Parts: sequence; structure tokens; C-alpha cells
Amino acid sequence: MNTIRSLLARREALLVLACLILLVAITARFPAFSTPRNLAGVFNDTSILIMMALGQSAVILTKSIDLSVAANVALTGMTVAMLNHLAPGLPLVVLILVALAMGMLLGAINGFLVWWLDIPAIVVTLGTMTIFRGLAFVLSGGAWVNAHEMSRPFLELPRTVLLGLPVLSWAGLLAIVLAALLFTRTGLGRAFYATGGNAVAAVYAGIDIGKTRFLAFVLSGTVAGLCGYLWVSRYAVAYVDVASGFELDTIAACVIGGVSTIGGVGTVGGVVLGALFLGIIKNALPVIGISPFWQMAISGAIIITAVVINARGERVKGRIILRRKELPL
Amino acid sequence: MTLFKKLIVTTAAAVALMAGPASADNVKIALVVKTLGNGFFDAAHKGAQEAAKELGDVDIIYTGPTTSTAEAQIDVVNSLIAQKVDAIAISANDKDALVPALKKAMQRGITVISWDSGVAPEGRLMHLNPSSNPLIGNMCVKLASDGLGGEKGDVAILSAASTATNQNIWIEEMKKVLPNYANVNLVDTVYGDDLADKSYRETQGLIAKYPNLKAIIAPTSVGIVAAAQAVEDAGLVGKVNVTGLGLPSEMAGHVKAGSSKAFAIWNPIDLGYSATYIAYELKTGKAEAKPDGEISIGRMGKIKLDANNEAAMADPFVYDAGNVDEFAKIF
Repeated sequence: MNTIRSLLARREALLVLACLILLVAITARFPAFSTPRNLAGVFNDTSILIMMALGQSAVILTKSIDLSVAANVALTGMTVAMLNHLAPGLPLVVLILVALAMGMLLGAINGFLVWWLDIPAIVVTLGTMTIFRGLAFVLSGGAWVNAHEMSRPFLELPRTVLLGLPVLSWAGLLAIVLAALLFTRTGLGRAFYATGGNAVAAVYAGIDIGKTRFLAFVLSGTVAGLCGYLWVSRYAVAYVDVASGFELDTIAACVIGGVSTIGGVGTVGGVVLGALFLGIIKNALPVIGISPFWQMAISGAIIITAVVINARGERVKGRIILRRKELPL
Repeated sequence: MTLFKKLIVTTAAAVALMAGPASADNVKIALVVKTLGNGFFDAAHKGAQEAAKELGDVDIIYTGPTTSTAEAQIDVVNSLIAQKVDAIAISANDKDALVPALKKAMQRGITVISWDSGVAPEGRLMHLNPSSNPLIGNMCVKLASDGLGGEKGDVAILSAASTATNQNIWIEEMKKVLPNYANVNLVDTVYGDDLADKSYRETQGLIAKYPNLKAIIAPTSVGIVAAAQAVEDAGLVGKVNVTGLGLPSEMAGHVKAGSSKAFAIWNPIDLGYSATYIAYELKTGKAEAKPDGEISIGRMGKIKLDANNEAAMADPFVYDAGNVDEFAKIF
């Protein structure tokens, strides 16, 4: 009994259970949903969300938030799509490097403002969110880049099947492995946790919390930049409103996955499961025929439930070794 | 203020009024669109400029919000009232929400008409439909039926948001003409919210749910592109035909790929042209917005208003492999 209870207390186990219940319920209404082929499709569809939610979770772990990730996708996606349209001869590798570099730069702008100017992350990224999308508009003049204006390799890469899975899925899997290594096996990863968990203790431990936050934003931005290319290529269209509102999906995946909104708590496994949970719902709603008026209400209810569970979990806290009053910052 | 000063000020004002540049007398017509950066509306702007050139004494102010919400559009309307424009021709994001702001504009003597996506009657003098709704609904079903090539098949509709005014009207009209097309078996209506990813997923859902699906009607430009891409990715080109309303420049690739045999849209250039003409005629008193009234719209001929002060411009135009490239260069 105790083992079951301690297992249920773990967020990952709870989420696996929730996903399974969801799958059973969906399968009861639409049996073809749980075929391996369709589930692989769901994973492929959720890969972008997984990658960006992992980037977002690094930021949230440091007790910040990045609202600009979806606008980053729109701006970077528009940039590479336009480059591809205007210079079709440019190798795809160059375009992907441009996407990564540009995303990194946009993330660094957020990080810089949060670090050196000490502006709250929610304000900074609310501003850059609008700026990035505005720039995408200025850059394109509001015009779309359409399927026939993109080169074949540009469109084919995420769809190319390697060992049974499309490249897009492999990118998602690679991101999971890299994030797991980064979060648990590197100094920077542990610094993310320390910065958000107890900033004062982190400073005493010799961690530069400003720099750690900066690097979290750079990471989140770089991932968003890559996803900018993947998004535009997957849907074969680039326009200003690409990924509109998607920043909230990345945050929702983190929250459902058990990442604490006040920082310091969360795991890669939880975030991946949180994203998959959302992905399953997004892919199942069209086939089980739920009224569109209900769809948003359902998504909202799930997020609130997750926050309630998080809040209960956070009551069990570790020993406070340094009080907030002594904050030297 | 002394009498002398008053005189000077009044005289100065009078001189300024009389000596103002000629453009100050021009009729300022604001073309307000649902969202900036939409190829369709940019084309309408071209038509408005064409009409302005023909009419001579017209200045076009092309404006709209960057997000397609009623709130953002109300701000745009309020700023136009402050700028004292002569006429507003609007494609509304919400049928009712814009009424108070537009009423205010009319109280200040501004001529308000709606076009493309309408406003409730109390918020405008007249509404110009790009085509008549029955004709659009009929055209969508006809394209789906033609694509089936005489065989019977399942057909689904992929719309924008479930609350979108014009999409819902067209779907109503499609359902009305279904009995005339015996080979079209309408199985479902789904909503992609004009988001590429959601529309793509809804299309995948339709494909999974209806193995006998032969055609998807998407009366929205984001939806039709996403549906065509999803059909191509699923390897169902030739089996599932995507049709509906889209822009030639955005659909050219998908027509070439074969996922869409043909689609329709009215000519947005003509639409902007006609809206500008109507606003001008009403503002200058050359025509009156009343039931059964007639308004001449330059090269497009004449329109006749119905009991709700609405009028239809023309039939939707069909684009296929034969002409899509030519029009893709325009809009």
C-alpha cells in the first residue's frame, strides 16, 4: 500500500496513469486512435511542443517565464522561409544554423534585459513577444510565404522517415535526451534548480543567478528558433500569426508536468508527459467529436487541476536553511 | 480677448480654411480591414486605389488591426473618428461588437458602410456582400461535387472559428443546396479556428474518422491551405480533394501538387473598388442607402439593395490549374 502511495505521489507516475486513462477513454469512442501508427503520429505532432516546453521549463525552473517563445517561432520561421524563398540555392544546413543563431539571439535579448537591467521576466517577455511578432510583420510586409515558394529539401526534412520515425520525431527524442543530461548531469542544469529553488542559498553556493537566468533564456530561445524552422516546414506556410498563443501551450505543458511556477521544482520526464498529455487531447478532440465550445473549457479545467495538484505537492518543503529576510540581492 | 484679437483670429481661421490645399477637400475614405498583412485585403486596397484614381477627389486611408479581434478594430474606428474621415468602409471582425463605435461615427456625420464581413444594420448604412451567400454556398458544394466526377462520396466541411459570422452563413447555405447534389454526402463540420496547426489536426481527424472521405470543403484561406498540406502528407492526393475558398497565391502549390483540383474566391480587387465607389456615392449624396435603392459602382455596373440594405457584388470566381498561376501574381 505504501509503495503504491509513494508511487502515486510522484508526478510522472500520476501523469502516465492520466495519459493511459485518457487513451482508454478515447479508444472506447474511437478504436483506431490507439494503433501504434496513430500514436506515433501523435508523438510526431507533439514533438515541437515537447521541445519548446523543455526550453520553457529551464526558464521556469529559474523562477522566470518566457512569453516570447511563440513570437520567436513566428519571427525565426518567417526569416528562414523568406531566405529560402529569396535564395533557393542556400543549403538547408545554413538555414538551420540561421534559425538556431537567430533564436539564440532573441533569447539572449530577453536574458540580457532580465539579467543586467533586472526587469521582471514576465514584463520583458511580454514586451519582446509583441516586438518579435511585430518584426515578423515588418519583415514580411504581412505577406505569406507559401508551399510553392519553399524549396523541396526545406519542406522534406521534417517528413523524411529514418528507422520508422520522421526526422521531426527524432528531433523531439534528441531534445528529451539532451535536456535530461543537461538538467541532471551538468553544473548549469543544477544551477537552474538552485536559482529558482532558493536564490539566496544559490548565491552562497557560488552560483551567479543572473547569468544562470540569462543562459536559461538563451536555451529557450535557441530551441524556439529551431522550432521556427520545423513549424514553418511542417505546415508548409509562414505567416505573421504562426503559432499564435502557443507560448501558453508550452507553459501549460510545464505546469501539467509538475514544474512549479515559483521555480526550482520539475523534471524532464514530467514536462515530456505534460506535453504528451496535451498532445493526446489536441489530437483526440477532432476524432471523438466534442463540440468546439467545450474544447477550450476542457483544456482550461485540466490546467487548473494540475495547478491544484502542484500546490498540494509544494506544501511538503525541505528545511529552510536561509531565510528570505537575509536576501543580499 | 479684445475685439481686435478676435477679429484677427477669426480672419486667420477663415483664410486657413479657404486657402487650404486642394487635398483637404478630397473625400477621405477609410478602408478598415479585419487584419493587416492579409493578401486578400491588400488586394482590396489595390481596388480601392483604382476607384480613387477614377473618381479623382478621393483619398484612401487603408487601415486595420494587427490581430483579428473586434476590440482592436474598435480602437481603429475610434482613431478614425478622431481623424475626422468622411467615410468608413469596414470588414468587421464581429457583427455586433462594432455597432456602438460605428454608431458614434455616423452621429459625427461619417458615412459608414460594411463590406466582406458585415455589421448589424443599425451600425451601417449598407452592406456590400462580395457575392451572395447562396451563390457562395452553392459554388462550394458544386466544386466538391464536380471533383467527385459523378461518383458518390463523403464530404466534410473544415471551417474557421465556430463563431465566425460569414463562415457560418456559408455553411447554412451549403446545407440548403445539398439536395441538388445527390453525389455529395455531407458527414461532418469541424472548426480549425484559422490556425494552421489546429486546421491540420482537424483534417487528420476527418481522414481517420471517415475512410470513405472524398472531399473537404474549407471556406477559409488558412483552413484550405492546411487541409491541402495534411492531405499531401497523408499520401491521399487523388483520393481526397480539397476545395472551398482560398487565395490563388496561397493555393498555387497545392493545385500543382494535386491535392486541390479547383477552388473559388471573389475578386478582392473588385470588392475594394466597389466598396470605395459606394462610400463615395453615399457621401456625396449621389445615391441613397434605402431598400430597393440602386447604386452605380463604376466598371462593375450597378447593385440593388435588398430590404436589409444589403447588396451582392458578383459570382465567386473559380480558379484551377489553368488560371491559378496567372492570378497568383496578383493576390
